[in-house]
Order: sequence, then structure tokens, then C-alpha cells
Amino acid sequence: MLHAVEVQSVSKRFMLGERTDPYLTIRDSLVRALRRGAQKHERRREVWALRDVDLEIAHGDVVGLVGRNGAGKSTLLKIIARITEPTGGVARMRGRVGALLEVGTGFHPELTGRENIFLNGAVLGMSRRDITRRYDEIVEFSGVERFLETPLKRYSSGMYLRLAFAVAAHLEPEIIVVDEVLAVGDLEFQRKCLGKMSDLRDEGRTVLFVTHDLGAIGQLCPRTVWLDAGRVRADGPTHTVLDAYFESTVARATSVEFEPDPSKPVQLLTLAVTSNDEHAAEVAPRRDEPFALRAQFTNRERYPDLDVSMWLTTSQGVRVLSERLTDREQSGGLDQAGTYEATLSVPPILPAGTYVVGFWLGSTTSTAVYEESLSFEVRPLPGDRQEATDRNRAVIPPVSWQVERLDEPAAASGP
Amino acid sequence: MSTLETSTRPALAELPLTENRPTSGWRPRLDFRELWSYRDLAAILAGRTLKLRYKQTAIGIGWVVLQPLIAIAIFSVIFGKLADLPSEGLPYPVFAMAGLAFWLYFASAVREGAECLVVDRDLVTKTYFPRILAPVAATLPALLDLSVVLVIAGVMLAAYEVAPPVEIVLLPAWIVAGVVVALATSLWLSALNVLYRDVRYALPFMIQVWLYASPVVFPSSLFDGLDRWLYSLNPVVGVIDGFRWSLLGAPAPPTADLVCAAVTLVLLVTGVLYFQRVQKHFADQI
Repeated sequence: MLHAVEVQSVSKRFMLGERTDPYLTIRDSLVRALRRGAQKHERRREVWALRDVDLEIAHGDVVGLVGRNGAGKSTLLKIIARITEPTGGVARMRGRVGALLEVGTGFHPELTGRENIFLNGAVLGMSRRDITRRYDEIVEFSGVERFLETPLKRYSSGMYLRLAFAVAAHLEPEIIVVDEVLAVGDLEFQRKCLGKMSDLRDEGRTVLFVTHDLGAIGQLCPRTVWLDAGRVRADGPTHTVLDAYFESTVARATSVEFEPDPSKPVQLLTLAVTSNDEHAAEVAPRRDEPFALRAQFTNRERYPDLDVSMWLTTSQGVRVLSERLTDREQSGGLDQAGTYEATLSVPPILPAGTYVVGFWLGSTTSTAVYEESLSFEVRPLPGDRQEATDRNRAVIPPVSWQVERLDEPAAASGP
Repeated sequence: MSTLETSTRPALAELPLTENRPTSGWRPRLDFRELWSYRDLAAILAGRTLKLRYKQTAIGIGWVVLQPLIAIAIFSVIFGKLADLPSEGLPYPVFAMAGLAFWLYFASAVREGAECLVVDRDLVTKTYFPRILAPVAATLPALLDLSVVLVIAGVMLAAYEVAPPVEIVLLPAWIVAGVVVALATSLWLSALNVLYRDVRYALPFMIQVWLYASPVVFPSSLFDGLDRWLYSLNPVVGVIDGFRWSLLGAPAPPTADLVCAAVTLVLLVTGVLYFQRVQKHFADQI
């Protein structure tokens, strides 16, 4: 069977220094060449961004690509888009490839909106005729008609994004690779992007799509590929792959430790987000799993009326809960010198997203510790709808729906 | 229903197949059909350079006229009057103008060419296009300057009552030759500039030295015998000789200028080969 994209044992090596030190000079090269002659065993450190990657994408498939930073996702897209060459292996593409690795590639701030439409379109592989033919559509889609003769530098960032996206949305290649465009823009913009992505899918384009927005992948892509350290770690139905991917992010630290400082009367030692299940330490909780905020601190001398408080703030700055020990307990019993651990159990009511943990130690009259240095992720359920994730609600408490029909159902059609 | 839908889509086997695999060696891989299909990008990039050049300037396009005029005036005073350099029996300003017409194009095109990839870093790291298109497009914008200088040249010829010879019909051929010299130079410099930023610092000096090594302010006939042949190792010599011959009726380029043609050819072929050999590193190293 013919595939739209065939990647066969593709590897990509970067020499360390190539990426971190772009300002190579001729002198460096000469010195290096001389050294190479003198000491034959000198080896430059090499990094494999991709290692023996195999991937076949059928025509019309929409495939998600996940992995941590540095896993090789962008490098793979760049090889499929022929921006960079593999060190080994071969990538074959049937049909034109459009690469959307950045929003507004080639945009120039001094040029007008109209000039930038042509520039960006040409850069993305459209001919002047294609652009002219679809110019009116692009302008209408962008919603910046009134500013077409204005230099781009006078655009707001929202207008900039809308214009860039309007051009990209009118590309017509058979294969499209997309890198993290959902990371920018406001909710409205992201929603538009997602809508366009599902249009592409419905039109039968082949799409390979990198994002950290796992909800979007769950919604758009039936199949997901997980790259880990340059290799394909999993490739299969999105639910299965995302579940496995989530489980592996366990290793990510969800705690912070503080250097003990005996000069302080009261000190925070560790702050952690932990699973209620003692065996699975430091899991990024899924939104249907309870978790706990755990703090260890030390009271070196008797601090009068010591109280502890913890709170959670969303990445948008909404405080979703804030609890103080004495809200619910008569006395914490923290007055005695000693080291304590306080655990606040949180029921599974938070929507998926990033939260910042706040911690406070003090009395009614003074603050000894104030810490907001830990943030963690509440993971979505595989298959959560993007719309539900975006609904911008503070909590998902255990509520229930009941629907009842009040009138008589219409008589069933006769036998 | 679905059969109707699929039949409107091109069959997979009919879609163009492209491959990305490691390349090595010096084998040329120019795909002229692909280059032609990207011609709009070259034109749009060249147009962008022109539009950007005089944005937010008070006299805008006026600079295109002013720059060569000032250069001709300065050169005429310093080299024509003070240094009293020979000018093939022609009025010195007219003589200098013919040399500057090409030199100003060349210097501008090479400056543009050397920086073309580095300036468009984003395009190189985020999009695919035949990379060689960038230096090709960079040779175009300066042609506007050249045509303006040629208009000035017409006015000057009338003012100094110098009648252009019949060889003026060959001028377009000399312009093409000049573009090829600029392109060959830009291919080398643009590729080297990605890998070694020394180019950026060396370029202003290189252009300065090259100007005085070229017969812009003096005639190439200052050299004779073997010296004249050696002098033609500088490919710009032949083009300027050609400009003066076609525009002013100065002596025809001597046989020695065949060396210029040979050097240009070598520079162009090696430039294409070198560019193609190192272009796989562009996206990673730029």
C-alpha cells in the first residue's frame, strides 16, 4: 500500500556545539582541523535527536505526535518538511508538504498586511496566482480588512495572529505538518485553529500534528505517536498512547525542597503534590483522582499560635481553594518545637490544567513563611472534549443531571 | 457516494513523490523544474527587499538617484581632478559613471547576497524552499539601482556630448554577465556566511579592496602584457571593460578578458557545488 508519508529508520545527529554555538568562525574550524590532526582521539560530543524512527502515515490520516521537550518531535517534522536532512534513513512524501512550524513565518513588521499576505503565502509554498485567487477569502477570514495598508508593526498581537492564521488556513498541500501553533493566542484563536484542523481532517488531508495540548490530540487524532529521546516509544490508538504517556510523566518532580537554614525560627522543608495512594509517589494527578498537598516544616523554637495554610491558584490566577488548618481543627498543636508534616487532601474536583500551590506558615499577627514556588498539572481524562476543557470553570464538583420528559410521547407509528 | 468523493481526489500514485535522505559528495543536485516552480518566491523576496529598503525614509526612492550621483561627483573630484587619473580620452565624470554603473550594482548585490540566508534565518529554519533561490533572488533588487544609473548615464552622455557607439546593443549581454559574476560571488559568500560569521566582518573590507582592485576609477589599460592577463583574474575587470565599450565607445575588451570569463565560470560552478554540498547544514547551523 502506498502511504502519504513513509519514514524509514530515520536518524538525526547534532554535533554538540552546532546548535548551542552558531557563531562558528573560520579560526575555530582551523584550530579544530589542526587538533584533529594532532590528537586523533578527540571526539566531539554528539546528540541523536532521532534514532531509527519508522513511521507510516496513510493518506488522509490525522496523527498526533507527543513527547517531552527535546524528544525529537520538531526535528521529525522538519525532516518530513525537508527543512533539514536526516543523518541516516529516508523520508518519502507523496504530495506537496506544507509546514506550519511557526505562526507568520516570514512576516515583516515594516510591510503592510497586504504585502505580508503575499510574502507569507509564498514562503508557505503558494504561488502568486494561488494567493491572488484566494486573497479575498484570506482577508475576510482574517477580519483585519481595515488594516491591510497598515504596517504590521502597528498590529496588535491578536490581529497579527489572525492574519497569519488566515494565510495558513488557505494552504492547499496534501500533507500538512503542524508544530505547536496552539501554544500561542487566546482561547478564541485556539478554538479557531482547532476548528480548522478538523476541517483539514474532514477534507481528507494528511496531518501530522505536534502539541502539548493533549485534549486537542484526543479530540482530533485517532492515532498518536509518542517520541521519547529520539525513538518511537509508542504508536497506536490515541487513548492507549496518551495513557502510557501520562504514566511515564510520573518521574516529573512535583515537589520542591528547601535548604535547611538553622537561623530561621520556622522553616518550610519540602512542599509536594502527592497521590493519596502511598505507593505511587509524586503522580501528576488525573482529574478523576484525589491527591494531596503535603508540606514538611520545622519549628525550631516555640512559635506562638503557629498556623498553616495552603491554597491552589489556576494558571489564570483564579484561587480555587484556600484552607487554613484552624478552619477545621481546634488547634494544630504546632506550638511545640519539632518537625511536622501537614497533608491537605483534595477531592477530584479540579478541571485539567496547571495549578500553583501556595503555602503559608505564621500566626494571626505575623507571617513566617510564604511560598508559591510549586506548580503542577492536573491531567485530563483521555478523550476529554476540548470544548469541555476550555469551558473555563473553577471546579467540577460531583453534580448530576436528570432529564425527564413531561408531555406524553407521540404515539409510535402503527404496526 | 464515497466513490464520487474519492474520485475527485488525485490518486496517491499520481501525487509527486519527494524524498529526504542524507546527501554526500559533490554531485550537483540542481532541480531546475523545482526552481522554476518556486520563481514566485524569488520575485516576492526580491520585491520585499526593494520595498523595505527605503521604508521610513524621508526622500525614499530619491536615494536611488542620489547615491550614484554623489559617488560620481566625489570620484570625479578626487580621482579625476586631484589625482588626474587617465580616462581613455573621455571626460572623467562620464568615464567614472560607466565604471560605477556596474560597480554600484555589484557591491549592492554581493552585500545583499552574502547576507541573504542569515537575514532570512526564519525562512531557512521553518520552511522548505530550494535554498539556492535565496542568493539568486538577492541579485535582483540592485538591478533597479543599475537601471536608474543607466538613465543618469543617458543624461550625462547628452550633457557631455558623447555619442553612444553601436555596441550599445550589447549592453544587455554585459548586464547579464555582471549578474552572473555577482551570483557566483554570492553563492560562495552566502553559504560561507551561514557557517562562518567572519564573512559578515570581512565583507566591508573585501568590497572596499575589490573596488580599488577593479578598473572603476582608472582604465584597465593601465596594465599591459602579462600584467594585463593577471589583472583579468578579477572577473569584474571584463564586465567594466564591456560596459565602457558598449556605453562610451572605449576600446573593446582585450583578449586578456577571456580570463575573466573563465574565472567567472569556475567561480559559478564551484559556487553551485559548494553551496549544494553545505546546504544540508543550513537549518541546523544558521
